[in-house]
Amino acid sequence: MSELWHLPLEELHVELGAKMVPFAGYSMPVQYGRGVMKEHLHTRAAAGLFDVSHMGQVILRGPDYATIAAAMETLVPVDVAGLGVNRQRYGYFTNDAGGIEDDLMLANRGDHLFVVINAACKAADIALMQAGLPADVTLEVIEDRALLALQGPQAEDVLAALNGAVRGMRFMDVADLELAGAECWVSRSGYTGEDGFEISVPAAQAEDVARALLADARVEAIGLGARDSLRLEAGLCLYGHDIDATTSPIEAGLGWAIQKVRRTSGAREGGFPGAALILTQQVQGAPRARVGLRPEGRAPMREGVPLFVQAEGGVAVGTVTSGGFGPSVGAPVAMGLVARDHAAVGTQLYGEVRGKRLPVAVVALPFTPANFKR
Amino acid sequence: MKYTEDHEWLRIEGDLVVVGITEHASTQLGDVVFVELPEVGTMVAAGDEIVVIESVKAASDIAAPLDGEIVEINNVIVDEPGKVNSDPTGEAWFFKMKIDDLSLLDQFMDEDAYNELID
Repeated sequence: MSELWHLPLEELHVELGAKMVPFAGYSMPVQYGRGVMKEHLHTRAAAGLFDVSHMGQVILRGPDYATIAAAMETLVPVDVAGLGVNRQRYGYFTNDAGGIEDDLMLANRGDHLFVVINAACKAADIALMQAGLPADVTLEVIEDRALLALQGPQAEDVLAALNGAVRGMRFMDVADLELAGAECWVSRSGYTGEDGFEISVPAAQAEDVARALLADARVEAIGLGARDSLRLEAGLCLYGHDIDATTSPIEAGLGWAIQKVRRTSGAREGGFPGAALILTQQVQGAPRARVGLRPEGRAPMREGVPLFVQAEGGVAVGTVTSGGFGPSVGAPVAMGLVARDHAAVGTQLYGEVRGKRLPVAVVALPFTPANFKR
Repeated sequence: MKYTEDHEWLRIEGDLVVVGITEHASTQLGDVVFVELPEVGTMVAAGDEIVVIESVKAASDIAAPLDGEIVEINNVIVDEPGKVNSDPTGEAWFFKMKIDDLSLLDQFMDEDAYNELID
């Protein structure tokens, strides 16, 4: 393995008792002393602070927002042009085969577009944007800011103690706010299914902001382990697992992120890579579907477990794409990609774990209800 | 108490050997959420993977430390896997086995040697 990248808050994590592991080339905290289960439950009950500085932060600039948005719309099926000032949307880069290259967040910041991309896809995404953007739209990779996420039902109260303006923000609003003396870019969003905020902060002040948040008794530091179980319970996709270059957004159940204006018969229909296939699937259905899975027993069904119709014989009709134990559910939970005919909620399937076929039910997602402040 | 390189502890109880995993192993595993034990009466050979433990992180196996017969299993940890974290060397034993000769335990580490291993 090549040299690991180290992020601004590494010393703080170690001081807090983190177990650091390599993740997407970065040294990251996977858990702290209390462990994944307690960290997960604390986030759902109070507030958890996550360091997600490994994610890519990118700014696109151009002559005006409309030009930047039009350029970005050639790469993503999202209505970027119609995004209000200081509003954010979820989206994804598509490829010519109708697959997903990465998922991302896009925010209209008035004179520029702020984009947050996955760590593992950072270099490829930047290359994809640089190749696809016209000369008058420039890309700036933000290397001098950390990214924190404060998530949980008490996140608003905690952050409001540093700046009361956060109370006025709705889900997916974005604002420039001073927090503990630092000029932060704050969005009311996250990836846990809970209300919360993502906070881009200058690297030099990241520790000040993190310590100010951790000083609140309601906040605990939460590692990547719990981040994964939280997003899984929330039915949210993890790139490289539930979605990848071979899964279409329609199979993945992410068609909602294609706004009407970009769909068939919309004013700006298509115009993104793989549009013909994706928009056809949106109307006619896709061969596979991402589903929620609840194993009947206690054994977790993890990524790669093949899914069958019968307890014996036959060919696999799907695969688990993410799976583990859901601490808030109190039982194993999973997501998978399953052939359309076997994807209806209530369908009984069998997952093959260590050579044994164990019953698993197709269920609706999410496993835990979303708690966003709309 | 004796210890294997696979982080099992072995304790003699009458003519049986009680087997569990060490505090160190349970900490490394993380929160245990599932345990599958062998059936009573199973004849096992040393090295056979006979227990499955799943934590929030991953699945791992536990091997039989010696040849012998499984004569008792601890269903408490099947019902409450979290006990493997809270009391790994006490209530959360895994199985008891009958072996030919208890002196076979001499080949394993004592507490000092084990502590050196994990240090």
